[in-house]
Amino acid sequence: MTTTTGTTTTTGAFGTARTRVEGREKVTGAARYSGDIPLPDLAHGWMVLSTVARGRVSAVESEPVLAMPGVLAVIHHENAPRVNLDYMGMIGKPDPIIGVFQHDRVPFMGWPVALVLAERPEQAREAAEALVVRYDQEPHDIGFTYGHPDMYTPPDSPFGAAVATKGDVEAELAASTFVVDSEYTTPEEHHNPMEPHAATAHWDGGRLEVFDSNQGSTMVAAELAQIFSLDAESVRVRSEHVGGGFGSKTTRPHQVAAAMAATLLHRPVRVVMTRRQMFSTIGYRSPTAQRVRLGADESGRLRVLDHRSECVTSTVHEFVERSATVGRVMYDADAHYTSDRVVRLDVPSPTFMRAPGEAPGSFALECAMDELAEKTGVDPIELRVRNEPDRGPVSGLPFSSRNLVACYEEGARRFGWADRDPRPGVRREGRWLLGTGMAAASFHSGAGPSTAAVTAEADGTFTVRINAADIGTGARTAINLIAADALAVDPERVRVVMADSDLGPAMLAGGSMGTRSWAWAVAIAVSELRERLALGGDIPPEGITARSDTTEAIGALASKERHSFGAQFAEVAVDVTSGEVRVRRMLGIFAAGRIVNPLTARNQFVGGMIWGISMALHEEAVRDRASGGLVSPDLAGYHFAANADVPVVEADWVDDPDPDDPVGIKGVGEVGIVGAAAAISNAVWHATGVRHRNLPIRPDRVLSAGTNVPEPGHAG
Amino acid sequence: MKEFGYQRVLEVSEAVSVLGADPDARFLGGGTNLVDLMKTGVERPGRLVDVTELPLDHVEVTPDGALRIGATVTNSDLAAHPEVRRRYPALAQAVLAGASGQLRNMATVGGNLLQRTRCGYFTDVAGPCNKRLPGSGCPAIEGEHHNHAILGASEHCVATHPSDMGVALAAFDAVVRYETADGPGELPLADFYLPVGDTPHLETALPSGALITGITLPPAPVAAHSRYRKVRERASYAFAIGSIAAALDVRDGVVHEVRLALGAVASRPWRALAAERALTGGPATAEAFAAAADAELAAAEALPHNGYKVPLTRNLVVALLTELTEEAAR
Amino acid sequence: MAPSTSSVITLTINGEKHTLPVDHRTTLLDALREQLDLTGTKKGCDQGQCGACTVLIDGRRAVSCLQLAVAAEGREVTTIEGVAEGDELHPVQQAFLDLDGYQCGYCTPGQICSALAVLEEHAAGWPSAATADVRPEAGPPPLSPDEIRERMSGNLCRCGAYVSIVQAVARAAEARTAGTEEALA
Repeated sequence: MTTTTGTTTTTGAFGTARTRVEGREKVTGAARYSGDIPLPDLAHGWMVLSTVARGRVSAVESEPVLAMPGVLAVIHHENAPRVNLDYMGMIGKPDPIIGVFQHDRVPFMGWPVALVLAERPEQAREAAEALVVRYDQEPHDIGFTYGHPDMYTPPDSPFGAAVATKGDVEAELAASTFVVDSEYTTPEEHHNPMEPHAATAHWDGGRLEVFDSNQGSTMVAAELAQIFSLDAESVRVRSEHVGGGFGSKTTRPHQVAAAMAATLLHRPVRVVMTRRQMFSTIGYRSPTAQRVRLGADESGRLRVLDHRSECVTSTVHEFVERSATVGRVMYDADAHYTSDRVVRLDVPSPTFMRAPGEAPGSFALECAMDELAEKTGVDPIELRVRNEPDRGPVSGLPFSSRNLVACYEEGARRFGWADRDPRPGVRREGRWLLGTGMAAASFHSGAGPSTAAVTAEADGTFTVRINAADIGTGARTAINLIAADALAVDPERVRVVMADSDLGPAMLAGGSMGTRSWAWAVAIAVSELRERLALGGDIPPEGITARSDTTEAIGALASKERHSFGAQFAEVAVDVTSGEVRVRRMLGIFAAGRIVNPLTARNQFVGGMIWGISMALHEEAVRDRASGGLVSPDLAGYHFAANADVPVVEADWVDDPDPDDPVGIKGVGEVGIVGAAAAISNAVWHATGVRHRNLPIRPDRVLSAGTNVPEPGHAG
Repeated sequence: MKEFGYQRVLEVSEAVSVLGADPDARFLGGGTNLVDLMKTGVERPGRLVDVTELPLDHVEVTPDGALRIGATVTNSDLAAHPEVRRRYPALAQAVLAGASGQLRNMATVGGNLLQRTRCGYFTDVAGPCNKRLPGSGCPAIEGEHHNHAILGASEHCVATHPSDMGVALAAFDAVVRYETADGPGELPLADFYLPVGDTPHLETALPSGALITGITLPPAPVAAHSRYRKVRERASYAFAIGSIAAALDVRDGVVHEVRLALGAVASRPWRALAAERALTGGPATAEAFAAAADAELAAAEALPHNGYKVPLTRNLVVALLTELTEEAAR
Repeated sequence: MAPSTSSVITLTINGEKHTLPVDHRTTLLDALREQLDLTGTKKGCDQGQCGACTVLIDGRRAVSCLQLAVAAEGREVTTIEGVAEGDELHPVQQAFLDLDGYQCGYCTPGQICSALAVLEEHAAGWPSAATADVRPEAGPPPLSPDEIRERMSGNLCRCGAYVSIVQAVARAAEARTAGTEEALA
């Protein structure tokens, strides 16, 4: 295979399992994250958040606090410098929460109202707790419900159309032999990366320098320049190691507050969010209420796919959890109706969270498909195969590649699906009822413009410079392998320099697009470098550098449906006397393009599937109607899976070539969570005979729902 | 967290006198609950008296067969102790079901008894809570209470006690030993925790300034046949939504002796005496176990979202007693 | 009279004695990170709810976020920086690296310190909540995957690297057993 971009496999580095380039630093504690960078004369900032859900700040009583030991300043809306939020960032318009301390308006509980600065963190913390902030409180509404009177249809955005239609839904429904009409809910979910958001800002030689924990330093640096009206070159943001992001580590209040304070104090300032503060300041996944109507003919072929999802956003920023979009890719039907609507309430702004849209949307759609399988008596895999589209069901565009059926086949074989008795509630082991379930997954595959530079050094090594971010995905190692492969050299001879906005613009680590985007830029740069090296001659001391910019190449990409796909399988045990659900095993088979590093890619897929376990069984933030805030916003009150919740989880993949694609990489970060919760929920039905359509499937819900096991002799 | 003084004490008498001299002082054991509450602002002591070096870190069997557990014995050491595991296996299991290995290494027996509720309103200092701020109200009753009490609660507070260890101790008639400036004293665990009533902020009957020095478990041969089971919303590292400690002595199909205590249902570990009375002398059958559970739960009062705890508790009683009966038959 | 709110304490960290002044409010975690520049120990929740700050105190694992530094006076602390022997990784570290027992790496120092203690606790015969029969007569439980999962549950990993974490701990346990047998032979 030869392509113009030089992804030719020449050393076998591409596709070979490699331990992480920075692995040694990570297992010895030497890896410095943004809150770990020592700077002389560092001051510590502690954020103060609103304790009312709606109203105005009437007074910030900073005088007593300023007299406390070590306290340097209190920044709030009356003394903060004005900032600019009138810009379009890499991921859209900024959430106004990042324009800290600009006005007295409080739009939700946990809105930043002040920053207390002190010499030491203990002093800042105590002063922040002691700071009296007075409010003129107003009545709030935080109650999200399906059909809320203020629900509206948002305008279309680059992230998707609010409504997509094809054919006559009602007519096809009326003509359907089988109809499923079910409602599903998913709760408010929070990213909770293990590393809290942290930024250390200082001025160095007339430049604002920020050590930050983020998913893309290009994005954060550009936004900080906009916010503080600085030249783009006057801001440098670095994020060498990032302790998880999942969509939350974009531009958030901490960087802005740290930069503002460093400017005012003329000294370095670090702002670290507390775990509790993260529950209102970094975004989250909106709760959803979804209604799915499926109509099918005698054979299970879909006549109708109707998926209407509703979600919430804040009063200050519109973010839509586009749950209904997943059906536009997954299944063919004579008539399609998919819509995402939203209501503005007095709650924090939601944002992108691992597989935004697809994660909650696939829960509803893939559970509904399982219900249709039950009604039609068609095996759940066969039902899906019968509804495979040969083009985008709504767009009509061709798929770049779609190897979902191969995922079903490989998954079914390895999971032992053929031996499955479809009847629910007939397997028991001690106090446990056992069941298995499956679901399909998809996640869109895209790329963002990136620049890269690759240098042939005089000593025979190579240096790759690209402003990529490794938030745990293994990006640093993947880029190393991609470059080594394209250069046809041993990966040991390639050094990767990244996570620094000075390296030039590049895509962020998000939307499963990071590695695809960066690989593209690196491949083009390597290709050019190899052409120059082919001319022969000595390498000068400064090396020979080739640069790339993928903006044009990405713009020239043919319009197609580009997605990763997958088949999820789960086995669960359910004790209906206690309500406990345990996942016993999971298997995910994915078609996700070329896999750069099987070791880290498998970890990504499995990690996504474990997110599915958490989503199915654990995660739920509970908002108190009276106060408008969350109850127990911490890691004891907000559960995600602990080690004991996670059984053997296996992930693997099928070949997914696309000869027309210049990169071939599709991204593996998000498709692993898609469908996972549905597979578990479908398995719980198979165990107990009861459908659980509201997440999480908590013990009290299982206990209260009981079982619905057919009488012997009336099975099926 | 406000500034505070710190003093490490080496003798019990010193601990008691230092605390007695400063009404703003608190004893510091492992700190796993107190330091957390200081961070959230619920506790704001002016002085900490570190009792972890007191010579109270032994577990010993007395000549009469009782088990004496020092107050500063860590949860880990308690659960690992052979005599605990042999004589009171449910106690070892209960401790092991609590928290994490790290926290059990730090947490002490005395501190475990005194840990505060995990009610989210209690730990949110910005809002009301009768336990934290008497008279301010109980938002849980109208708000989020799906893990709140069904037994012994009041209109002033519906919080539960979070201890697993305490549930097993309640089943085994533990006696809490303490020391005050006036000398030593004892409180049966049954009297240790105060009824909620209209004073949810008053949690124990310990005299003011008292230091818990240890726990005595009276000899109880039935405890050798005991088990603890905990239900929670994830498989580990989470507080209970229901738990049970049970010990059972079945002879010829008849319940000779039974001990039963329940967790996550009340403001204290709940000894199920009504159930025990209903069972003793009767048949060891699932029907009898269920009837006994119903006898105990007759007094249960559920709120809109915690009613599941009634069938959950009932099911746990039946399941655990059935397991113990089957085990005895083997 | 108001008590003093700070003290000068001595801690032995990774075998080295450190004498430092501490505000009584300072946790061991913050003392390590802010005063001693030992930033390998991470702050994930600061409330004992995640395990990222796990260190060994007198050989036992503990969450350093709930350990006041002043109350650790005189104790021996081992942090992630003290686990390797010079350039040679500890078998637990090597197993995490080889088996990709992490993703973002932020919980990793705590996971590794916790795993070291799990091996010790298991060797000492401690049961766990996953142990079917805790009575001493039943003997020590084998360190099965379920035992490892339960014992490692005090260390949350949001990336979801649990599967390879369990494999890494199992591999280190095997290496330890093999090493013990070698020493006995």
